[in-house]
Amino acid sequence: MSHNQLSANGHLQHFLSIEGLKRPLLTEIMDRAEQFSSISSQQVKKVPLLRGKTIVNLFFENSTRTRTTFELAAKRLSADVISLNINTSSASKGESLRDTLHNLEAMHCDMFVVRHSQSGAAEFIAQHVAPHVSVINAGDGCHAHPTQAMLDMFTIRRHKNHFPDLRVAIIGDILHSRVARSQIQALATLGVGEIRVIAPKTLLPSDCQTLGVHVYHDMEAGLKDVDVVITLRLQKERMAGALLPSAREYFQCYGLTEQKLSLAKPDAIVMHPGPINRGVEIASAVADGPQSVILEQVTHGIAVRMAIMSMALGSQAEHKEVLV
Amino acid sequence: MKIHIKNGRVIDPANQVDAQQDIFISDGKILAINTQPDGFAADKTIDATGLFVCPGLIDLSARLREPGQEHTATIDSETLAAVAGGITTLCVPPDTDPVIDTPAVVELIEDRAKKAGRAMVYTIGALTQKLNGELLTEMAALKAAGCIGVSNGLSPIKNSLILRRAMEYAATLDLTLFINATDPWLLGNGCVHEGAISARLGLTGIPETAETIAVARDLLLIELTGVRAHFHNISCGKTVQLIKDAKDKGLAVTADVSTHHLHLSEHDIGNYDTFTHVMPPLRSIRDREQLQQGLRDGVITAICTNHQPLDNDAKLGPFAETAPGISGLETLLALTLKLVDDEEITLQQAIASLTSHPADILGIDAGQLNVGSRADICIINPNTHDECQPTQFVSAGKNSPFSGWLFNNKVCHTIFNGKVVFEQDKIQSISV
Repeated sequence: MSHNQLSANGHLQHFLSIEGLKRPLLTEIMDRAEQFSSISSQQVKKVPLLRGKTIVNLFFENSTRTRTTFELAAKRLSADVISLNINTSSASKGESLRDTLHNLEAMHCDMFVVRHSQSGAAEFIAQHVAPHVSVINAGDGCHAHPTQAMLDMFTIRRHKNHFPDLRVAIIGDILHSRVARSQIQALATLGVGEIRVIAPKTLLPSDCQTLGVHVYHDMEAGLKDVDVVITLRLQKERMAGALLPSAREYFQCYGLTEQKLSLAKPDAIVMHPGPINRGVEIASAVADGPQSVILEQVTHGIAVRMAIMSMALGSQAEHKEVLV
Repeated sequence: MKIHIKNGRVIDPANQVDAQQDIFISDGKILAINTQPDGFAADKTIDATGLFVCPGLIDLSARLREPGQEHTATIDSETLAAVAGGITTLCVPPDTDPVIDTPAVVELIEDRAKKAGRAMVYTIGALTQKLNGELLTEMAALKAAGCIGVSNGLSPIKNSLILRRAMEYAATLDLTLFINATDPWLLGNGCVHEGAISARLGLTGIPETAETIAVARDLLLIELTGVRAHFHNISCGKTVQLIKDAKDKGLAVTADVSTHHLHLSEHDIGNYDTFTHVMPPLRSIRDREQLQQGLRDGVITAICTNHQPLDNDAKLGPFAETAPGISGLETLLALTLKLVDDEEITLQQAIASLTSHPADILGIDAGQLNVGSRADICIINPNTHDECQPTQFVSAGKNSPFSGWLFNNKVCHTIFNGKVVFEQDKIQSISV
């Protein structure tokens, strides 16, 4: 229901959530990313697509991987990019967010890439920026992380042919995961045959099935015959809130081991949005094993983010010329 | 001042009146109904042809922000908003700053209200000192100062033993206990109803058990202590059932519901609309239906505003970081009568739930039109088609999720203590 992601002519203006986006658009993002991914292996890893554009990475929450890949993506598109880490605790909340935005806007930025600990923050920012500014959601609270979801879809597409034939299982802390919410929406939009979530009840949202998933509490049953296994990071603080007794028991019940993975299809791929907790949600043997595509996901992150940024800054005509 | 209200359709549910009658007001009181007293010469005549004439409305829970947050709103600004909404009596919960836990604060509020002179403002005293749930307040002194009841406001008393004793002490003094039932642990840092919408938006949910467990515990303690109790602002269908069972058992309990819970649900949160951020949260559509049913069945007897004016900045931010609350004084009447237009409740039920029923809950002589009683009257134009525009509210709080709603009913005159304290300028009144 993200209302204002598309411009009047149906092009991407903001990228806030997968919800409400249609399949052709998701496919276009992946097709474009496919073209961009070749750039990364060239000697000169740059295209002049966003030359003269200013992109500000606004990170209200810590991140290394996401921020770095956004920076690299912007630089490879020849944009000027600055990254700001804003410690929310040092600023008075709400007020400062608006004030920060207005200050940055006064410097004539073209795009904000935003990460924030509150669900809906990217939406809020998109509502309050000047009309010519694009906002890309780099993760808002427990709500959405749409660029992560798209790089995951891109990775799946690289390995598997036809989304409708696939059975995908997402394991772990669905309740607090913006990645899972966006993945579920992306998988559903792309017509994936079956989406499963596997977790104890404490890590599932109530009414989870309304997201369009089949709910499993048991790894053996949930992993049977799946094509794609996605494990989610388990935050250490979940133990404190009585959501789980211990990391040890979690690994025993929900950790992805070689033995459990053997229940999936033999050619199943293993994914993780990172950073991984070895021995908590995934065994090292699996994370580093032949079925793992975890590092590929990171690589694809750059091309997918280049695709989304270039689409949001609407330079389709130039785009074709440059890639010829 | 002598006022003659003529040709109005008088709706006075407590006296089972729904008829065209004239009302004659003199010296702050209703002098006569229907028959003009000998020698009555009106200073002001209000032609109420085609209009409803009702007792002044009574709101059981309105935060006026004074003392403590005068930068947000004041007793002056909010009583003006109240009478613009037809409300002539309102109750202030104890969670002001300082808390209403000493007679001095009661007197301060009453003084300011008297100075404003537009509406009767009752204070609800704190049940525990500073509302911290540990030490009892001097309830006898609060009662003597004018408190109409006691409450712990929005701070639930976690310790059941302290709550039991507070109830016993309030019962000793024959004070009504007003309860906002919440289990603090299940509430946690939630900001919306736990369900499909919280799952989708990634917002922390508040399960219905956060309310029902607290209501169930409190009802058991009410039974034990014999205190008379009123539940403010219930939000769940299951709470209605719990209250019904308690009433069937003979317990002295009553309940109110806010207009927004009767009209909105979690689905109205849409895309993080912070104007729908309210406590208790907007629940499911089923809950909303069951609250309406509770009203029809007489389990819930009063409709309140749960008015919480906020400044504009308070609603600007990511949803969970914004302040909860809705500015409700000026939509109470229109939203309640919308339930009549929607054929959910009868006109008599609607007016009673805003007048005589809340008066009964408070145990005050108000909410009906009797010869000799204080002339608090609300005159309503039932034939308007106005768009709700919160930016035009009289209240200092423009925070309303009802922007753009079409209302058929509008307050055109409010009379408090025999004085016209609000007059809608579009309506022409005939001055003699």
